[in-house]
Amino acid sequence: MPSTTPKKAYASGIRAGLPFLIVVVPFGAIFGVIGMEAGLNLVEVMGFSVLVIAGGAQITALQLMQDNAPTVIVLATALAVNARMAMYSASMAPHVGTAPLWQKALISYLLVDQSYAASVLKYEEKPQWDVRTKVAYFLGTITPVAPMWYLGTLAGALAGTAIPESWSLDVAVPLAFLAIVAPGLRTPAHMAAAFVALVASLLLAWMPFSTGVIVAGMLGMVAGAETERALAARGAG
Amino acid sequence: MQDYPIWLIIAALAVGTFLIRFSFIGLAGSRPLPETLLRYLRYTPVAVLPALVAPMLAWPAATGGEADPARLLAALATVVVGWRMKSLLFAILAGLAVFYGATALGL
Repeated sequence: MPSTTPKKAYASGIRAGLPFLIVVVPFGAIFGVIGMEAGLNLVEVMGFSVLVIAGGAQITALQLMQDNAPTVIVLATALAVNARMAMYSASMAPHVGTAPLWQKALISYLLVDQSYAASVLKYEEKPQWDVRTKVAYFLGTITPVAPMWYLGTLAGALAGTAIPESWSLDVAVPLAFLAIVAPGLRTPAHMAAAFVALVASLLLAWMPFSTGVIVAGMLGMVAGAETERALAARGAG
Repeated sequence: MQDYPIWLIIAALAVGTFLIRFSFIGLAGSRPLPETLLRYLRYTPVAVLPALVAPMLAWPAATGGEADPARLLAALATVVVGWRMKSLLFAILAGLAVFYGATALGL
């Protein structure tokens, strides 16, 4: 089997990352618009997007500030929205854990929903890839995304309220997440994981600070893993 | 909106988010994780992302929390097209087309 070079993996990562722009640019623009509406200045809005680079948490923080929530609640809630990324980190670790520290730090800064999901789904397809190739692919997926996230925020902040609400740009966010997941629904175990997580998330919506989402995600992971185990046992027996 | 220490909030979110993302990647070495743990982690993307979108679709902030048929149809189209065609791009395009189509029809 011909092995992929890191250079080729990087290029194919870029191709995998490009479709995310349909979402990342409007999402960045939404944050830019509501950041300026909330009374932040341009530098503060850009500081958020460049330093935090986590749209869901950024929007959560802004909404809570507009509700005059205490600073501690703003921080705790926004970080709870990002708690899912600990799971991303754990599931990336077996693949890139042996990379140099600076690369692991760079990957951590850039570990957003899109680059994470695209990379891990690819690593599952290509277990023979070495760590350099895997890192290169990850960096490829984020290469078009991160700069356009910054630019999307800038465009939204500059355009401000000129973007009409009737465009309903917000719809791009959930559709993007579903589009990331759907091609990965390959086995009954994957479908069980997605279904349980979705239903549990709705049933647990009463839990404070988006913690229901995290619990629902864990229940989905258990459902997927147990389905896999049950099917394997049946296949073996 | 009251006066917030904006840069303190930005800095705390930046550092906190980085540490969350760095947690396992930073600690991991060449020692392989146990197979049981790996089996669970395999289902992270397909579990966490649906959990994240379900409330956004069931009670979207943009409609004031009212369920919106256009958004639900668009979500269905995205999943079906993405699942059948194994393509993220076509999945998103299908979802957006259905959403704007349904909105134009007044759904």
